[in-house]
Amino acid sequence: MNPPSSILPSTDGDDLAILNTTFVAISEFILSIPGSAGVLRYIKTSYQDDPFRVVLELILVFFAIQYMSAKKYKIDDNAVKLTSKEIDELVTEWTPEPLVPPLSDQDRLDLEKSTLITGAQGPKPRVGSNQKPLLNLASANYLGLCSSDRIKEKAVQTLREYGVGSCGPPGFYGTIDVHMDLERNIAQFLGVEEAIIYAQGFSTISSVVPAFAKRGDVIVVDDGVNFAIQKGVFISRSNVRWFKHNDVNDLERVLEDIRVEDLVLKKRLTRRFIVTEGLFQNHGDIAPLPKIIELKRKYKYRLILDESQSFGVLGRRGAGLTDLFDIPAQEVDMIVGSMATSLCSAGGFCAGSHEIVDHQRLSGSAYCFSASIPAMLAVSTSEALAILSSTPTLLTDLHDRARLLRSILAHRSLTPLIDLYAPEPDHPAPFLHIRARETFLASRLRDGERAVPREDEERLWQEVVDECANQGVMITRAKYVVKQEVNCPRPSVRVCVSAAHTRKECEKAAGAVKSAIVKVFGRWRK
Amino acid sequence: MQPRVTRESIFVATTTKARSFSFSSIMGKGKKSSINGPSTAFSLPPPRSSADHSLSVSPDLIEQSKAAILTADGHHPGLSAPTAAQRKNSTAAVQRRTYDEFERKLEAAPLFVLVSTYLNYFVLILFGHLRDILGKVFKRKEVMLPWSPTLTPSTLVACIFVSGTSRLVSALPFPHYRAEHIYLTVIVYFSDCWNRPITGVPSRTVNLLERESKDYNKTFTLTGSTREVLNFSSYNYLGFAQSQGPCADAVEAATRKYGVGISSPRAEVGTLDIHLELEQLVARFVGKEDAMVVSMGYATNSTTIPALVGKGCLIISDENNHSSIVFGARLSGASIRVFKHNNMDDLRQLLREVISQGQPRTHRPWKRILVIVEGLYSMEGSIVNLPEIVELKKEFKFYLYVDEAHSIGALGENGGGVCDFYGVDPADVDILMGTFTKSFGAAGGYIAGDKAIIDHMRLLNHAYQYAEPMTPPICQQVITSLKIICGEDGTDDGRRRIKQLAENSLYFAARLRDMGFIVYGDEGSPVIPLLLFNPAKIPAFSRELLKRGIAVVVVGYPATPIITSRARFCISASHTMTDIENALEKISEVGDLLMLKVSQTNGRARK
Repeated sequence: MNPPSSILPSTDGDDLAILNTTFVAISEFILSIPGSAGVLRYIKTSYQDDPFRVVLELILVFFAIQYMSAKKYKIDDNAVKLTSKEIDELVTEWTPEPLVPPLSDQDRLDLEKSTLITGAQGPKPRVGSNQKPLLNLASANYLGLCSSDRIKEKAVQTLREYGVGSCGPPGFYGTIDVHMDLERNIAQFLGVEEAIIYAQGFSTISSVVPAFAKRGDVIVVDDGVNFAIQKGVFISRSNVRWFKHNDVNDLERVLEDIRVEDLVLKKRLTRRFIVTEGLFQNHGDIAPLPKIIELKRKYKYRLILDESQSFGVLGRRGAGLTDLFDIPAQEVDMIVGSMATSLCSAGGFCAGSHEIVDHQRLSGSAYCFSASIPAMLAVSTSEALAILSSTPTLLTDLHDRARLLRSILAHRSLTPLIDLYAPEPDHPAPFLHIRARETFLASRLRDGERAVPREDEERLWQEVVDECANQGVMITRAKYVVKQEVNCPRPSVRVCVSAAHTRKECEKAAGAVKSAIVKVFGRWRK
Repeated sequence: MQPRVTRESIFVATTTKARSFSFSSIMGKGKKSSINGPSTAFSLPPPRSSADHSLSVSPDLIEQSKAAILTADGHHPGLSAPTAAQRKNSTAAVQRRTYDEFERKLEAAPLFVLVSTYLNYFVLILFGHLRDILGKVFKRKEVMLPWSPTLTPSTLVACIFVSGTSRLVSALPFPHYRAEHIYLTVIVYFSDCWNRPITGVPSRTVNLLERESKDYNKTFTLTGSTREVLNFSSYNYLGFAQSQGPCADAVEAATRKYGVGISSPRAEVGTLDIHLELEQLVARFVGKEDAMVVSMGYATNSTTIPALVGKGCLIISDENNHSSIVFGARLSGASIRVFKHNNMDDLRQLLREVISQGQPRTHRPWKRILVIVEGLYSMEGSIVNLPEIVELKKEFKFYLYVDEAHSIGALGENGGGVCDFYGVDPADVDILMGTFTKSFGAAGGYIAGDKAIIDHMRLLNHAYQYAEPMTPPICQQVITSLKIICGEDGTDDGRRRIKQLAENSLYFAARLRDMGFIVYGDEGSPVIPLLLFNPAKIPAFSRELLKRGIAVVVVGYPATPIITSRARFCISASHTMTDIENALEKISEVGDLLMLKVSQTNGRARK
């Protein structure tokens, strides 16, 4: 290969010459810029005796180049590269499932058997096609305030002064003076610093929990809590730990586990919450508050207590669980309640310290992003609270009816058929769940069946509900979104008492429930 | 300044060119800023079309639909719905309109405004740092925000600026969290502009309870006096926030008959006859088979979306969707993707990508794809490009969910919302959701769709199963106001309100643009955002206008993008000509004072 080798030196020389002239030209150009000589001298002197710095900065340059040329981070980096034609095909091929599945038998039952009240809700509403009004053992009208004329009058007065809607969220001219009054009334009634009201009871707790608990925080929850709490806990994206329903020892075990884990893994300090319910909507029993408060103090947790069912019902004054156990309400960090149950209005509240309430005014999403509650409803709640505080007989009546109901349903003839949830005769809860006894279900198993399907059990209770309606009493199955409940309770009917019923009415109603159960259970699956 | 658009000029145009009035001569922006076809406002009294929701169709048609409904379900037979065939033949359907006719391109801020805005933030954060340092030196505890030891930026995203929108993906504009934290602590000093308490009816005017602060807006005390100011802040679009008149009378009667509370969820024993009446009426009004009502607007979204989609499904959501949609979407457990606000190209591209790729990691095909948009965006004033989304829906087979919280009652010839506005057949939208808080002056919301969907909702919707139902007085307010809107009360009150609202909104927006403000919002929107840009102008604008007797909503970061802080005017049918002229004059004055008339295409700059 002679020709190339003979050419090479000369080209090499040429190249070098070109390189040389270029360098000279560039350096002359740089020097011609005013002030450049100083910069050059500075660079020369600063690098001259500093090999470490040269190495360091070279590394930095490499790092920068590598960083810039690195692939951009993408979330779905396992995406398949497809041609435009393939995409077109895939798009035409794709067929979605229908938006809603066809109705199942259970669904049809639920829809067909839904109760329709014509006229007002109250202790004796007119229901569907029934000739006579039924005695209402189904609604949370515990204090009988649904039909209160005093509240109606007050609501009409408010209507004439404030109209109906508030036409805006609280932040944008939606805070009406009656809202502030109601907040003050609730805070005073409970004995806490401040309260904040939401436009719907159900949305309150599922907004309160995520307003405080964030990703990385720890929430310890009773596994028997109601659906709204489950959703609030889920959406907070915190680390959720469940403890066995109303089992303080299990709660302590969970708290201890977390403490040990934190020690071992040296986790950073996070916010930590215990969430439980005052009077459990799904079970009808009461949280052991003194013990929980003791644990919360010991392990430094904050306590969120949902009093949706217990507010207005439990305790000497009706102020809920803290009143029942005679514990100052400030001991509980957040008390969340509903104004739609015993107070017979609508909306929810959260009560606590100034700090806690102020925080929600800025970050409680159902508070900030929703229109405030209509003035009429706020005033109705205030009035209901006033009635409750001024009429102590309401609560004594209610507890009397509850005792009566329990004593009748605890009758010997029912014992082999049903389980009462919270059956103690002096239990203060104004409602109870009735579930079929496992032994009874086992005795009625069909061939090849290992357990009675949920659907059949629902049908059984629906028959009881229908039979009660025939006998002039309205009760209801407890309804759940079964697939989405964390620990869906077994089918049940929820029987509620009301102070608006006389002793005699209550006795009659409870008797009807008893006989309906005996009748329906007797003929079921025979 | 001599106003370039006068009320008279609009009316002259109205009388001479009733059905094809064009704004282009005034706006000077050609096609983008013009109205063609049957205008929403200027064709009155219009011939009642069969799409008219007011039941002016011939009696035999009513009989037919009655029979149809009776066979479909056993409920209330007295109500009828326009069938699909009737809708197709309606005038609105024949003269379909496209989004282009209403779209207003968002005008970019001039360079000097941008620079001064960033400088403004810089100064703000500088002061914040100073405050923080001094606070640390003097150990003032309150310098730190509550819950600050572990305060995360996500806590703050829905913070201080209470607003209607929250972004699904919040891109932090600040270089790091610390700056954002400081910004938000400093902003507390502006907090007098929010949560202003009121008393009485929030109608044309609103009575503010005056308050004062002795600690730089940390706490307030009421002085005990009230002050009546013009109300441009409430969502009282059709002016149904009233304490007198037919609505209030009906509500009083309902309250006396039904009482206030119900104390049981709908699914148990909380369903009253008044609910069914309302649901039938709503279904007919929006043109769907069936409807379901929920006691809270926010909960309508947050409890329905989880009942529709779940694991293995995909939600595609507009980036400016309301917080309740975001809440519901997260609750559902479905995957969520976001497309650029009202940008159909972006949506198309996203759809192609997600359908072809399938579920992340597994690449299995999606079970269902649900696209969620709003009819009228409450912070942008933009109207969804529904005709094009419906086209996309046919191509890509996704399900469509339209949130009409602001648009129902306020848009369209008959107040029927965004479908009515464009002449789109409601059957093309799977789920129509809306609220009663705004146009109807009540509270709560509805879901409307095919009977199968609503039946499914009655089984799975969380609010239906667990929450308190809508209370009877509120139901009655909606029923009566809805009947007025439909014209079923025998008067033209509803029509007058719809017309008034459309006129007021068009006029107000046109005049603001003409004065040289940068104004967002598509043509016909009753929500009119006026851009303020500099954060310091947020409280200044609010306070100056309040001083002049006008209540207005102002919002900034994080409810809006960092640069486009804005004031929002909500127009109402209850505003009179004098109110609007008066307000415009005051706004112009404040605009001059705060140097807000910076538009390069509108107003003086264009001369």
